[in-house]
Amino acid sequence: MTAQRSNNPPQLPAGQLVAMFEKLQLIRQAEEYLIKLFADGEVPGFIHLSIGQEAVSVGAMSALRDDDTIASTHRGHGHALAKGMKLEGFFAELLGKQSGLCKGRGGSMHVADMSIGMLGANGIVGAGLSIALGSALSHKTLGRDAIAAAFFGDAATAEGLLHECLNMAALWQLPLLFVCENNGWGEFLPTAKQVAFGLAALAAAYKLPHVMVDGNDVTAVALAAAEIVAGMRNGGGPVVLECKTKRIRGHYEGDAQKYRNPEEFGYNADSDPLAIAARQLAAHDIGEPEIAAIVAKIKGEIEAAVQAAKAGAQPEFEASRSGVYTEIA
Amino acid sequence: MALVAFGKAVNQALGDAMEADPSVVVFGEDVGEAGGSFGATRGLRGRFGAHRVLDTPISEAAIAGAAVGAAMSGLKPVVEIMFMDFTTLVMDAMVNQAAKAHFMFGGQGSVPMVLRTPHGGGVNAGPQHSQCLEAWFAHIPGLKVVIPSDAPSAYGLLRAAINDPDPVVFIENKALYALKGELPEHPEILTLGTGAILRPGTDVTIVAYGAAVHWARDAAKTLQETGVESEIIDLRSIQPWDEALVLESLSRTHRLVIVHEAVESFGAGAEIAARMADIGFDELDAPIIRVAAPFMPVPFARSLESAYLPNAADIVAAVQRTLQ
Repeated sequence: MTAQRSNNPPQLPAGQLVAMFEKLQLIRQAEEYLIKLFADGEVPGFIHLSIGQEAVSVGAMSALRDDDTIASTHRGHGHALAKGMKLEGFFAELLGKQSGLCKGRGGSMHVADMSIGMLGANGIVGAGLSIALGSALSHKTLGRDAIAAAFFGDAATAEGLLHECLNMAALWQLPLLFVCENNGWGEFLPTAKQVAFGLAALAAAYKLPHVMVDGNDVTAVALAAAEIVAGMRNGGGPVVLECKTKRIRGHYEGDAQKYRNPEEFGYNADSDPLAIAARQLAAHDIGEPEIAAIVAKIKGEIEAAVQAAKAGAQPEFEASRSGVYTEIA
Repeated sequence: MALVAFGKAVNQALGDAMEADPSVVVFGEDVGEAGGSFGATRGLRGRFGAHRVLDTPISEAAIAGAAVGAAMSGLKPVVEIMFMDFTTLVMDAMVNQAAKAHFMFGGQGSVPMVLRTPHGGGVNAGPQHSQCLEAWFAHIPGLKVVIPSDAPSAYGLLRAAINDPDPVVFIENKALYALKGELPEHPEILTLGTGAILRPGTDVTIVAYGAAVHWARDAAKTLQETGVESEIIDLRSIQPWDEALVLESLSRTHRLVIVHEAVESFGAGAEIAARMADIGFDELDAPIIRVAAPFMPVPFARSLESAYLPNAADIVAAVQRTLQ
């Protein structure tokens, strides 16, 4: 049931492509800014960057609405921003400020925005799968035409919870999109050394459709997601969308990546989602001047958000202590 | 008033909650067609439909994880984990997800789910079907832990747990399922974190929860014959627990015995004893004594398990020690 998608998919309308290019730029620039902020010691803890993988987030999210829900991962900045998380709340959270979306209690690995159905990044590999499963159950039980999407990495396919969730989603025919972001690595070890099977074979075991796309091609991801999600809104069951992509940075920011061939680092015109999308824009006669304007506009938005976040207050400990349980009126 | 078994009171609370709120759903292993391993969900599927009472595969981690996601997305799931021993398999969903979400997302939303599970020995179910693991959950900020002792408290606490916006672990002692108690036609919905004085007394405070409450009652009868009046507190919730009620009682009796079926070491009794040794120090006329299971797995054979379980005689002996 594995479908192979062409590298030359039909063109999307210019407006949609521009909107997706802007999101790609937003995520790339936000994370490049985070590299600097992290190096300067402005970001507490540790962060996992999705640079190189932006097209998966942007393409998949282009098929979703605000009332659709997603469960993300530790490498979740792209998912959050593509779903529509506001920049200032995002940066303020990562900087540990009271004005952060989670009041500085979660940080990069636990950032969430319930108002747009972003049910949280997750510090536990694979944990978002069952959260998305339950969210899909809510959509179906309550008669909504919303869907849920679970993002997970290829190394998470070694987690037993994936098996349980594929099985239950298939049994209950839930509107659940499994999005595997296959970057070939699980932390510091190639996935090939961690996982003895392919996701296509696993999906087949549950009689679930499996779609493989070039995860660096935002158009390919968007087209696949649109078709799958339309089917789900019409009562279709779960589908596994596997997006082959590339992790440019280390497992975590600051990871020297001594385990990896240096030739794999860095951007490459054939695999960089922004370069691919720029070529697709060129087919619409959208070229350097327009792209430069988009880059500059987003640069300004990010700078403003970062400055506002930096100016925010530190959260107060006593106030956080009273936030463990919901206040009952 | 009707005489209703503990398990039937659980069933009635589930049915009434589902009647009152269409977002309440039940899922777990064999809760649908079979009506639950201990019958607690019997009849619900026929009454509310398969879309609200779902049989799951034997996938405890996904059951609990799905409850978390469902609770974040508009449902109020009540899930059943067939034996508390199997909650080892739900720990990520409960500890890292359900317990943390409200706090770590800065108060955006909550996780209104209930995880029902039976604990306790007495039925020779052996080391992997008898454990009382409530202290694990009580140790986790963000979770509430509730343990009823009879039919009215089972009903009233379960309704309160389902209404609660935060995740609640609701623990039913297996030995209590058949125990009958008076249940009014419209039973009271109780308040989580509030204990009850089941028997007033002047000489010693016995704090217990779940099945241990009944051992304490038996002990109190024996002690009364020797002129000792025991005050029994049914804690009902161990997270949060009614510290004020225990302290108030201790300030009258000046002696404290804590009873539970879970192993003594690092159990709920240790927390209660430590708090009372601190804030109740001036009230104490004797050491605080715990009556609980020894530090060993729950054994299988009748002779072994009956020796393992705490009982009324152990409580009597503990109270007598506090009076020496």
